[in-house]
Amino acid sequence: MSNYETVFILNPVLSEDQAKDTVEKFKKVLTKAKAEVINVEQWGLKKMAYPIQKKSTGFYNLIEFATENTGLINTLETEFRRDESVMRFLTTVLDKHAVAYNVRRRKGEFNRTKKAVTTNKRERAEA
Amino acid sequence: MTLMNEPIKRAEIKPKYCRFKKNGIKYIDYKDPDFLLKFINEQGKILPRRLTGTSWKFQNKVAQAVKRARHIAILPYLADQMK
Repeated sequence: MSNYETVFILNPVLSEDQAKDTVEKFKKVLTKAKAEVINVEQWGLKKMAYPIQKKSTGFYNLIEFATENTGLINTLETEFRRDESVMRFLTTVLDKHAVAYNVRRRKGEFNRTKKAVTTNKRERAEA
Repeated sequence: MTLMNEPIKRAEIKPKYCRFKKNGIKYIDYKDPDFLLKFINEQGKILPRRLTGTSWKFQNKVAQAVKRARHIAILPYLADQMK
């Protein structure tokens, strides 16, 4: 079982709802392959450091998941490439230090993602 | 006698240290531009170990994190004045 996280940027032309639907779509790809989705974050419309596809802003999204099936990464990235609203994506494996860091990050210990809408497991249980 | 080298004041030279080893930081987050700003110059280039004092192990991780941040447009590939 390895942990992964993927950051992807969606086209700013989309409406908020469309952006949410797209994120749901990728979440479904993961849950279908029996991956455990640990955390989903939407950072909202952010200004990028340089223009991509002549756009200077984009919807940033983060998904953390755990899976044993390494072929799933290929499936997910193919989906990213197929979807025209995805401007960039980056999937990384997390080592044990990164996992520990992300647990602390999710608890808000670093206080960096103030605007982020977190929908992680713990909060869903409380709601 | 004007050609004499000026003596180096050894007390003024602070020894460099690796901030990751000293503070026990084990993972460098590529999603955090404010932290990564400490390791790049105003053109957006990665600073050498020679200047920052970072150990070899963590310099590699810093470089990896900066490159990832550039890919997802959190840091620029090139800039004129970013600080």
